[in-house]
Amino acid sequence: MATKRNKDTSRTGYFGDFGGQFVPETLMTALRELAAEFESAMADEDFKAELDRCLREIGGRPSELYFCKRLTEQLGGGKVYLKREDMNHTGAHKINNTLGQALLALRMGKHRVIAETGAGQHGVATATAAAVFGLECDVYMGTEDMRRQALNVFRMELLGSRVVPVTSGQKTLKDACNEAMRDWMASVEHTHYILGSVTGPHPYPTMVREFQCCIGREARQQMLDVEGRLPNCIVACVGGGSNAAGIFAPMIDDDVKMVGVEAGGRNMSVGGHAAPLCAGEPGVLHGSLSYVLQDADGQTAPVHSISAGLDYPGVGPQHSYWRDTGRVRYTTASDDEALDALVALARAEGIIAALESAHAVAEAMKIAPTMGADEILLINLSGRGDKDCNEIGEILERRGKGFQTGAP
Amino acid sequence: MSLSDNRILRTFAEFRQAGRQTLVPFLTAGYPDLDTTEALLKDFERRGVRICELGIPFSDPIADGPTIQASYTAALNAGVTCSEIFEMVRRYRDGGGQMALAAMVSYSIVFRHGADAYLAEAKQAGFDGLIVPDLPMEEAANMEAMASEAGLANILLIAPTTPPDRRIEIARQSQGFIYYISVAGITGERDALPPATIDAVAELRTQTDTPICVGFGISKPTMVEEVCRVADGAIVGSAIIHRITDAKDGSADDLVEKVGAFVSEMLRPVE
Repeated sequence: MATKRNKDTSRTGYFGDFGGQFVPETLMTALRELAAEFESAMADEDFKAELDRCLREIGGRPSELYFCKRLTEQLGGGKVYLKREDMNHTGAHKINNTLGQALLALRMGKHRVIAETGAGQHGVATATAAAVFGLECDVYMGTEDMRRQALNVFRMELLGSRVVPVTSGQKTLKDACNEAMRDWMASVEHTHYILGSVTGPHPYPTMVREFQCCIGREARQQMLDVEGRLPNCIVACVGGGSNAAGIFAPMIDDDVKMVGVEAGGRNMSVGGHAAPLCAGEPGVLHGSLSYVLQDADGQTAPVHSISAGLDYPGVGPQHSYWRDTGRVRYTTASDDEALDALVALARAEGIIAALESAHAVAEAMKIAPTMGADEILLINLSGRGDKDCNEIGEILERRGKGFQTGAP
Repeated sequence: MSLSDNRILRTFAEFRQAGRQTLVPFLTAGYPDLDTTEALLKDFERRGVRICELGIPFSDPIADGPTIQASYTAALNAGVTCSEIFEMVRRYRDGGGQMALAAMVSYSIVFRHGADAYLAEAKQAGFDGLIVPDLPMEEAANMEAMASEAGLANILLIAPTTPPDRRIEIARQSQGFIYYISVAGITGERDALPPATIDAVAELRTQTDTPICVGFGISKPTMVEEVCRVADGAIVGSAIIHRITDAKDGSADDLVEKVGAFVSEMLRPVE
């Protein structure tokens, strides 16, 4: 195995200085049990075989590696590939994690699951896993996100889950996380909290990364099969950072450049964006120590992104570690850049990306032209954009960018 | 600095000697404003309260129910900052205030300020102890030492979900008193305590000499009485904040009188 310069496991649950378990005592026992159960499950061949079967038969894995012929020609530089997580069942990478955690919930004898959701993709993936395994499921969602992602609210309800509206704070993902944690404090004996990203207290950042690593393991092999070598650079969007961690981690010790793209929003002033790695400072939010957007007193700052899934003031602790060690470069794409990239990809390749994933496409469109024709750029296309179509239509209309005239 | 002349430790030592128990009321600092918080502190003291908990408003209090959450949000929307809260406590002390004061503060805030700096400032302002509800024992190792250094009691919490061995370890490390959480869940008024709470506190009583205060859900004098049969104190939060919310649109004097009258009622079982 290659040197482990990109991992720090000196303290359990920490990545360098980041991570930990900053939660009320009420949750500590559940977190310890979860960490132990996860560890034993990952050492259990039967569990892993069952997870692989679920990922294949329910999730639709493996997802394809796709060469963007027309986009590559248009950009005139490196060869652009997509890892098609948008093709998974339920439309995003989120299903990889929810199937894994639902199996863990069953293993722990818990009959109810809860989740937080922003864009609704994690909520739908949780509701799907709950339906598959016959678990009771409540999903917490901010009312602002329920408005932006009405289709996903309907999907969750159709799947038999209850969507609990959250009206506190900015009524978005952060507030949904608070409410899910509050529910868990009172229901911890019989409920498992399916947290949707590589955030939160240990063991979530490690566990969710491991459940998402199927992305990077597949992509690595697919690149070797197709090109005979690994990509020069991988780009992924980062909200909490689970799709990015999933594609980065299996190649973190390889000679591959990695770029994480946060939500640059409207502007980079307070409340204008959702980019803690680019504009935040170390702080504690939702159970872990990581980069966070907050004021001088430690109060969480307001955030904005066109994409509900990136509209979050925190980020997974391992990303903070990769940021500080310089292993991964983090940057931003603005709302407008993401929209333009979404339209460009749709017209060049016939693929409508999720607004979240469009942030990665936007950065890729900047990088590809600087690369040589023999170089390879891999984008993790984490989700598809069906859910965003209403919102995109409204925004394009407001901006006077009709579909006829707005060609890139 | 040692904790030997810490007000929290001293007060419980007195109570212990007198065979008495106590009520620990909770106030959100700056709700509805800091002047009213100061007036409430003085009023509580006149009514016989000896230890009070001051909640430092936080944007994302995951252990708190709707009542305290809303008070935090209102205080933050009104622009309350930590330094203004410290100034208010300083004014209370300068005016001769003698109650022991424990700050209930999220680690997000403590970490942001730098634990050393925050603890020193809290002590200097006139706080006597610190409850950091999102800092479990494992992460609190440095905090205990830093708090002692600053002369503050680092008060730890035990939950109904805490296993027996861990209870003993938390009890060993907690300073001033042990905060026993009566229910698995968030803060908020409840009609009755879970029956298991009293038994659990009675058992913990045999395992430690450190005073034990029970909180979460205590909203009636009969519950104070019930808890104080086995514990050294009863902590009352949401029931007080809800009365502040009900009275906050009237005059400040009226609010203080109404909330104070409720605290007197809650004090009666331990007088």
